[in-house]
Amino acid sequence: MLELALKGSPRYWGWLFFLAILIGAGFIAYLYQFQIGLGITGMSRDVSWGLYIGQFTFLVGVAASAVTVVLPYYLHNYKKYGRIAVIGEFLAIPSVLMCMLFIFVDLGQPMRVLNVLLHPTPNSVMFYDMIVLSGYLIWNILCGWVILMAERKGAPPPKWIKPFLYIAICWAPSIHIVTAFLYQGLPGRDYWMTAIMAAKFLSSAFASGPSLLVILCMIVRKFTNFDPGKEAIQTLAKTAAYFLLVTIAFYLFEVFTAFYSGITSHQYSIIYLFKGLEGYSKLVPVMSICVLLAAIGALILVTPPLRKWEVTLAIGAASTFLCMWLEKGITLVVGGFIPNPLDRVFEYWPTLPETIITLGVWAFGFFVLTILYKIASSVKERAIFDKYGEKQIKA
Amino acid sequence: MYDGWKIIVGLIVFIAFVTLPFTWSTGKEYLKVEPKIDTPEIQKLPEAERKCVESKEFMRKEHMKMLIDWRDAVVRDGKTLYVNSQGKSFNMSLQNTCMQCHTNKSKFCDECHNYVGVKPYCWDCHIEPKENIKKEARL
Amino acid sequence: MSNIDRRHFLKLLGIGAFIGIGGSSLFEIVGKGTIEASVEQYKKVPEAFQAKRWAMVIDLKKLDQKIINDCTEACHRIHNVPKILDPKEEIKWIWEEKFKNAFPEMKDDYMAPEIKNMRVLVLCNHCDNPPCVRVCPTKATFKRKDGIVMMDMHRCIGCRFCMAGCPYGARSFNWKDPRQYIKDENPEFPFRMRGVVEKCTFCYERLDRGLPPACVEASKGAIIYGDITDPNSEIRKILSSNFAIRRKAKLGTKPSVYYLL
Repeated sequence: MLELALKGSPRYWGWLFFLAILIGAGFIAYLYQFQIGLGITGMSRDVSWGLYIGQFTFLVGVAASAVTVVLPYYLHNYKKYGRIAVIGEFLAIPSVLMCMLFIFVDLGQPMRVLNVLLHPTPNSVMFYDMIVLSGYLIWNILCGWVILMAERKGAPPPKWIKPFLYIAICWAPSIHIVTAFLYQGLPGRDYWMTAIMAAKFLSSAFASGPSLLVILCMIVRKFTNFDPGKEAIQTLAKTAAYFLLVTIAFYLFEVFTAFYSGITSHQYSIIYLFKGLEGYSKLVPVMSICVLLAAIGALILVTPPLRKWEVTLAIGAASTFLCMWLEKGITLVVGGFIPNPLDRVFEYWPTLPETIITLGVWAFGFFVLTILYKIASSVKERAIFDKYGEKQIKA
Repeated sequence: MYDGWKIIVGLIVFIAFVTLPFTWSTGKEYLKVEPKIDTPEIQKLPEAERKCVESKEFMRKEHMKMLIDWRDAVVRDGKTLYVNSQGKSFNMSLQNTCMQCHTNKSKFCDECHNYVGVKPYCWDCHIEPKENIKKEARL
Repeated sequence: MSNIDRRHFLKLLGIGAFIGIGGSSLFEIVGKGTIEASVEQYKKVPEAFQAKRWAMVIDLKKLDQKIINDCTEACHRIHNVPKILDPKEEIKWIWEEKFKNAFPEMKDDYMAPEIKNMRVLVLCNHCDNPPCVRVCPTKATFKRKDGIVMMDMHRCIGCRFCMAGCPYGARSFNWKDPRQYIKDENPEFPFRMRGVVEKCTFCYERLDRGLPPACVEASKGAIIYGDITDPNSEIRKILSSNFAIRRKAKLGTKPSVYYLL
């Protein structure tokens, strides 16, 4: 099936070439980091995780959100998702790959990464994260590939794939719960140490993932003959809307708990992010944009006419996605480290090489995504009708 | 076979290329590896004590494994004494035992390691003995 | 081989690889102890200090600037700790803090300034229930039988999970090669390489040779150490007759470093 990715328009090749340049730049920047050490990043003794781990956390969510498409389709036989189930599964694959790469570039001694396997440590959450992430990658490649293959041959998917589909569905939340446990099980980091973290991770994932899928579906529809279906896009948007509201609520629950209880140590990070602490306020603009985007996203996705009109829908989906990216990809991780255990504020801002490496990893993810979507759309383009007899090709 | 001659020529070129490192060096003199153990520190020792913690053959074959075992015993189990096959005991320390006699890291360690192309990361952290930077008569 | 087709062969290969990898991990978990016990190749030196759980009492009344400097100096010199001035990349095993920073939960508007700004020596607490050990994915940081929370710099992959886990800020990461920041090296102790986490190791290397920790030696009696499980130890006598506090005790980490006010 891979050969389908080898035939494409100049625009397709141009896009891949552009991504390859970004990957190359990221790789060169990584070589520099490999040479000098993580000192080339903005991280410090006090903010010891930054952009990399933030991206990892965010992308685990995007990967897990494939379940918002796969579950309604396979468990509830929601026919409108028949066409895009594979789009969800194929989003999970590059997301998990990016997660792994972000962990890798964050390691101080990357050559020793196999120590995690050589000295398995079941008391570390990282151990389980490794298991669930690699498992999830395998299930998604398997399910997506087999089902698409069957579709290409015009045959129903083989029966043996069913149990794997169910495993993948149950597996999806686990990857994000385990990732939340990385944070919420740490004593002395009050911003993270809250039981709602796992729930908030899932809800924000199920807001950001479907928003991204909305945009990706629109792009696929624009550039290929395959039409994911207006109703599928609308349902995705509704999913994103509900989970965006839930996420905002969960965040407000946090704020309530911290401020009504009056426990100051629970308030510091929130104050730092929204107002600044002891005169340090580098992340206040980020958080303000985040709030603004959340408001725009919620307004558009919740209001039916705005959601139905696809121009505003695109804006709403993009706002939701970016808002969640800023929240989870930057402020969550950095905010948790401020103030440090000795009650001092040390701020963090990514450096240029760090940003280039991050961009490179994202470009790699989009490279894989493009190839997978190219394959999927080529297969879909050939079948005029989906298996429910509805037209899936643009007129 | 279609294009048979192309395939055969390609194969020949491929084999020639792959075997280049061997064919290239035929007739040339091989680099001789001579790890040296004649440091002043060892010379100073009385004849009877001029022995490593284990036999020369054992050390040659097993030193890498032994160093890793030593490391784990000292760092992870808090045991610092090594009892050798003769029942003699030694302080387990690369810096404070091994290199106290083998003060010539460049001739003792690097000579072979460079030859076989291994780069143990010992010296990223462990401090190597200060070698007298004397130009040896080696022409 | 004639009766094994490719599919079958690959299957066998996969099973073999699985057993190989899984088996060696299993060996690491269950096999090691028994094998080492059967051959008494590795021993402790007879003069090594031993305890069930090492602990430390720091008497803040006895600390002055000179003692603090001597302690940090002694520790950092003996352990080849680099002197990096940039606070973002700083590496420290034991260092000076103000009381209000070491014990932020005790902050009080009406606390006397001399107490608020009192000098405190802080270091790794060698917790009895250490979060850093719990989170480490490779057992690079682990608790020894005598309670010391150790670092195996050979094994650390530099994921810095332990730094997020430690509620005391006791851990430092080598953001760059530390060697250039060490002026006079102690030839008996190694450096660290870039990309690993380090911290105080309770001078395990000195205890194992029958020497007290370097900071204790330099502290002129301001730091007392001993076996906290031994009711006759000096440290237990001090703790039974004085009011001692520990940093962030409510987190359940059970620190082994006590402070006398």
